[in-house]
Amino acid sequence: MEDEVLLKRILGGDRDAFTELVERYQSSLVRLARYYVKTESSAEDVAQDTWIAVMKGLEQFEGRSSFKTWLFRIAANRARKTGTREFRVVNVDPVDPVSSARFNEAGMWREAPVPFTELINDKLANAEVLEACRSAIRDLPEPQQSVVTLRDVEGLSTREVSELLEISEANARVLLHRGRAKIREALEGKLKGGYSWQ
Amino acid sequence: MAMTKDITCHQAVALVSDYLEGALSRRDRQRLERHLEGCEACSAYLEQMRITIAISGSVGPEDLPAEAVSQLLDVFEKYQRDKSNE
Repeated sequence: MEDEVLLKRILGGDRDAFTELVERYQSSLVRLARYYVKTESSAEDVAQDTWIAVMKGLEQFEGRSSFKTWLFRIAANRARKTGTREFRVVNVDPVDPVSSARFNEAGMWREAPVPFTELINDKLANAEVLEACRSAIRDLPEPQQSVVTLRDVEGLSTREVSELLEISEANARVLLHRGRAKIREALEGKLKGGYSWQ
Repeated sequence: MAMTKDITCHQAVALVSDYLEGALSRRDRQRLERHLEGCEACSAYLEQMRITIAISGSVGPEDLPAEAVSQLLDVFEKYQRDKSNE
């Protein structure tokens, strides 16, 4: 069900609609909050405050931005007020997305990458692939984890991600690139039964 | 694994994520596209990356502990009660 449909129901006091919306966004909200605050429990507090702010503001929400964007903005603002982590200066050194060992001296692949079509044709519905991806995302260090979650999992634009995390778009893209490379590697490992070149 | 004048496979893979973001300079985009035309391995890599992003987009929300949901429902109900008492 679309967010907007759930919102109308929530305005009418529908608790199931509220539960559905919470289940949809809570984990990403906590992850975004965790980018700014030091502990998991203060991130959960930020998420809870965010939901209270949503309920209070819902009648005034005009739908000029998507609900998702509005929701994440509220969470980022609250998290910023709660506490700023020290490590937010982001290192942007270029990093090889693929291990150099996989290329020869001329910079050509020693062995071509395996096609992933099998993953989607036969296995996208497969909970195992999704779980491998989920777990690779969970294993990403911050701030890569927040960038990948907001951009690729939630589908926000790079500009929105950069605003929420207070980093430049170029910086967000570098982090995205690194995060995606690690997830790709995890999926490749899954496809090849755990074989890794590194 | 074709030979290309401009960039190597090793250099090409570094451009792929930005390429999918539409964030490459015109020059880099052209160099990458020229490379991809002649290189099956890098085309396979690009496809891997596209699929990786698609899978990330379908992982869906993580399961929440029932306790977290019920705590938020309490907040919701309290808010509804307060609102109707206003």
